[in-house]
Amino acid sequence: MEILYLLIPLSVALVFFFLVALWWAIDRGQFEDIDREGARILEESEKG
Amino acid sequence: MIFPNTRAVSYNDTVVRQFAIMTVVWGVVGMLVGVVIAAQLAWPELNFGVPWLSYGRLRPLHTNAVIFAFGGCALFASAYYVAQRTCQVRLFGDRLAAFTFWGWQLVIVAAAVSLPMGYTQGKEYAELEWPIDILITLVWVSFAIVFFGTIGTRKVRHIYVANWFFGAFIIAVALLHLVNSAAVPAGLMKSYSAYAGVQDAMVQWWYGHNAVGFLLTAGFLGMMYYFIPKQAGRPVYSYRLSIVHFWSLIFTYMWAGPHHLHYTALPDWTQSVGMVFSLILLAPSWGGMINGIMTLSGAWHKLRDDPILRFLIVSLSFYGMSTFEGPMMSIKTVNALSHYTDWTIGHVHSGALGWVGLITMGSMYYLIPRLYGRTQMFSVKAIELHFWIATIGIVIYIAAMWIAGVMQGLMWRAVNPDGTLTYTFVESVKATFPFYVLRLLGGVLYLCGMLIMLWNVFKTATAGQASTVNIPAATAHA
Repeated sequence: MEILYLLIPLSVALVFFFLVALWWAIDRGQFEDIDREGARILEESEKG
Repeated sequence: MIFPNTRAVSYNDTVVRQFAIMTVVWGVVGMLVGVVIAAQLAWPELNFGVPWLSYGRLRPLHTNAVIFAFGGCALFASAYYVAQRTCQVRLFGDRLAAFTFWGWQLVIVAAAVSLPMGYTQGKEYAELEWPIDILITLVWVSFAIVFFGTIGTRKVRHIYVANWFFGAFIIAVALLHLVNSAAVPAGLMKSYSAYAGVQDAMVQWWYGHNAVGFLLTAGFLGMMYYFIPKQAGRPVYSYRLSIVHFWSLIFTYMWAGPHHLHYTALPDWTQSVGMVFSLILLAPSWGGMINGIMTLSGAWHKLRDDPILRFLIVSLSFYGMSTFEGPMMSIKTVNALSHYTDWTIGHVHSGALGWVGLITMGSMYYLIPRLYGRTQMFSVKAIELHFWIATIGIVIYIAAMWIAGVMQGLMWRAVNPDGTLTYTFVESVKATFPFYVLRLLGGVLYLCGMLIMLWNVFKTATAGQASTVNIPAATAHA
């Protein structure tokens, strides 16, 4: 199963990539006011 | 640095419109091919002795058309629409966005020509030969640039959860495609996989299942998290849960693939790892399903007279059903019965027709009138009719395949007291015949629903006018 030497590092790299994305999101305060964020998409105007 | 898209006053809905229309067109084509091959399974004479009409060539055409043409166009349309609306900025790169549309259509046409001609890499859901694979890569990289460029130049500080799902789907599919399609060309339309034997099988199903996970699940969950709240006029039940849903799904999905290779040459422990990860997936999947359905909590009456909402909510119940069934089927002892039987086909179609199909149709019914300056489809009655025909079609389809599958599994494992097999293989094929006919009926119903949709979309588009929508002054959230 030499293929695991490719697939496992790839998966680990992807997980690290997403971890960095998560860390970035938390650091940028993306999740600080999440109680409001869900409703915000309903506030966009739909006028053409 | 100031990007031109940030100064634009209107959204780029042209590319969204193109993808939305082609979603419906390719849906009809892909499902028609599905109906043809379902009929061929019941009556093999329908192969007509013509090589390019034979089941073996049309089956990959069906899967590619429904997954990458119908599903793919729907994902492009909704990712582009949702990113623009939630970021309140025009799509990044007009020309690049146009390239993704025409490039993707070229990929589809190339598939529709090369697959019936018999050109294939022999990898399920990745049959297309290497020149087409390269084109897919180019389109996909452009897709990523357009999408992430739009997110990067957003006017709203918070990135809405649907965009995380779309983003993860784009990145994961890029990686899967590159690794699995690695091949050594041996001519213009011939190549050999970079991997061999069981290694190749492992890569194939690492790709295959993650394509289900990221393309057919994560991408469509992005649709779910935008279109259900919009159509219901209520925020998602728990935004907090949607974020937990996203991260837990992303971190646990990658290793479910080996469950496609139970009881094969794949090492036993790898099969077990695949089974464990598949079982774990039940938790985030159901978290997301409950979150979506509960968005209607306190407003259930809306289901009574809103057929679009019914499409969206029923799609989630099929999602819940197939994400329960999937982990169960990945348990080795259950798999010993279900593997290689039509139960698998039933499972796939409860996910494909029920989840992917219905959520796409619901989202397109929301989207298409708005792209033509209207608030509603030409005929709401037709949406209602479509909903019922499609739902009944799915139920007939999956019930027939469940019964056929369990029956096949039991017949194949039955042994006489002296140790010989009770049934020959052909006896199980004969016993399956009525269920193949029933499945065809389910498929025909589902296709009829799609034809009604095509008519409705045509009427909506011709009665309305391709509209330009202005971006609201985004000062409040900047």
